[in-house]
Amino acid sequence: MMAGPGGGSSDVQWCFSQVKGAMDDDVAEADIISTVEFNQSGELLATGDKGGRVVIFQQEPESKNQPLRRGEYNVYSTFQSHEPEFDYLKSLEIEEKINKIRWLPQKNAAHFLLSTNDKTIKLWKISERDKRPEGYNLKEEDGRYKDPSTITALRVPVLTPMDLMVEASPRRVFANAHTYHINSISINSDCETYLSADDLRINLWHQEITDRSFNIVDIKPANMEDLTEVITAAEFHPNQCNTFVYSSSKGTIRLCDMRASALCDKHTKLFEEPEDPNNRSFFSEIISSISDVKFSNNGRYMMTRDYLSVKIWDLCMETRPVETYQVHEYLRSKLCSLYENDCIFDKFECCWNGNDSVVMTGSYNNFFRMFDRGYQQDVTYEASRENSRPRSILKPRKISTGGKRKKDEISVDSLDFSKKIIHTAWHPLDNIIAVATTNNLYIFQDKLN
Amino acid sequence: MEVNVEARRILAVSISKLYASRSQRGGLRLHRSLLLSMVMRSARDIYHSSRESEQPNGEQPATEEPMDTNCDPKEKARLAPDLADTSADMAPGVSDKLDESDCDITEDKENLSPAKQSRKRRGKASAAPDFLPSKRARLEPGEERYAAPVGSCRAGVGDYRSALTLNQVIPAF
Repeated sequence: MMAGPGGGSSDVQWCFSQVKGAMDDDVAEADIISTVEFNQSGELLATGDKGGRVVIFQQEPESKNQPLRRGEYNVYSTFQSHEPEFDYLKSLEIEEKINKIRWLPQKNAAHFLLSTNDKTIKLWKISERDKRPEGYNLKEEDGRYKDPSTITALRVPVLTPMDLMVEASPRRVFANAHTYHINSISINSDCETYLSADDLRINLWHQEITDRSFNIVDIKPANMEDLTEVITAAEFHPNQCNTFVYSSSKGTIRLCDMRASALCDKHTKLFEEPEDPNNRSFFSEIISSISDVKFSNNGRYMMTRDYLSVKIWDLCMETRPVETYQVHEYLRSKLCSLYENDCIFDKFECCWNGNDSVVMTGSYNNFFRMFDRGYQQDVTYEASRENSRPRSILKPRKISTGGKRKKDEISVDSLDFSKKIIHTAWHPLDNIIAVATTNNLYIFQDKLN
Repeated sequence: MEVNVEARRILAVSISKLYASRSQRGGLRLHRSLLLSMVMRSARDIYHSSRESEQPNGEQPATEEPMDTNCDPKEKARLAPDLADTSADMAPGVSDKLDESDCDITEDKENLSPAKQSRKRRGKASAAPDFLPSKRARLEPGEERYAAPVGSCRAGVGDYRSALTLNQVIPAF
């Protein structure tokens, strides 16, 4: 396949920009990146990790001296979002791992985001402070109180500049609403509500109200023996505030309209592709389980990721996807080994570019794939320290599936399955992508000429 | 034959994954357990159907083979808590996952008499594969069953047919 899909033209060249994170091969478990998300302007890039921390990077403004280079992303704020907890009633530990981060649309100078672990969602406010009041009448500069009898004159305190301080403070904690593990949060376009989804239920929250949520989907059977599928992901439509979708472990997607009834157990649309009987195996159910669902930015399509492929669905057509892209079809013959080493349970994510012309998803060996919908091209790139010289152009990678391995091709057997790219994000307005390997965040951008 | 070997291997791998997932941080994951149970079901069905086709004269081995009652009493005691542990360990995690107080329902499932467990197929299909741990000892008259360890959510473990039935994997939640 030809190289260079991206942005709707076939001559986009991707270059290494930055890499964040420790360089050692010995990865601390807490440093494993578990989610990556740009905000709506792309100026901020948030990551969450297994240790419950959130790190936010901010893009530097483009410098006048180098107008053709985009600003770099530097650390803006770091905070501990979630701590490990223990549920004494159930004798279960609750992991602090951040499952998802979603940015709220910006309304004022401060930035707000929702971060969630398995059980609790938190609303964080990230604000800047670059001035402080000085010249108090009753207090010394160091905070000690003055003796009032020594004060002979009054003055108005003045705001004086100080070094920029970025503060993150938890504004709301949305807890105790999920019996099962939260897999998704999604902010509604109404800017007031959001949903959270676990394995069996989806709840609707108001951003201001923490002690109450409404259950809008409940697929828990009366008898748990009858359980056949779980919810794997859920998302609100980008501009229809009454519409959301949720995907299942059976490979189906249900679109629901909240106007139809309070409990959206009855879907409005059911998207399902019949299984190919030739591909039936022990592991058919596992590989058809959908790991991620994302609406396109224009709201006309949605994309789903299952273990081996990415599918694009037209919201008007439920019977089959309009496009299917094979991510790593060469793994189909290796499903048994991937089951044994647990890789078959990996939940890859997927993302759209800003104008919905290209989609991206991760794979193994630190490979990630881009599919250009317009030009029907696909390409594989690798995120590695070896290919990380500043502004070096990413070379497309090829995997040899047949007997003869060409030069520069990598054989399937030499792929490193411990190096996987699960989380990827695309800048909403520009050709900048963030790709997370186990504990490093790579930022690539297209070469500006 | 190949399929049979493969099915056995997959079953063994799946069971060990299920056991391992009990000690995972964050508790049992419903999605993962569901997928594991689906694989196990497929493998079990294929295993049993290939075994049936291996015995063309329709011979049916006994569904439950009682343990050798002459075995060492220590071994008996070891086996009983092993199986009791399985149920006890799963039960608290399990019943606690239910948001209603379904302890009783779960207990009833475990204590169901064979007649009520209508979903289990009799005969070949319910014969335990030979790579699973043996059944509990058949009690001599007057012998008492070993009590479940302290901390289990119910007093007695009850009578059940195999260490891990697929029907119990999901009710574990």
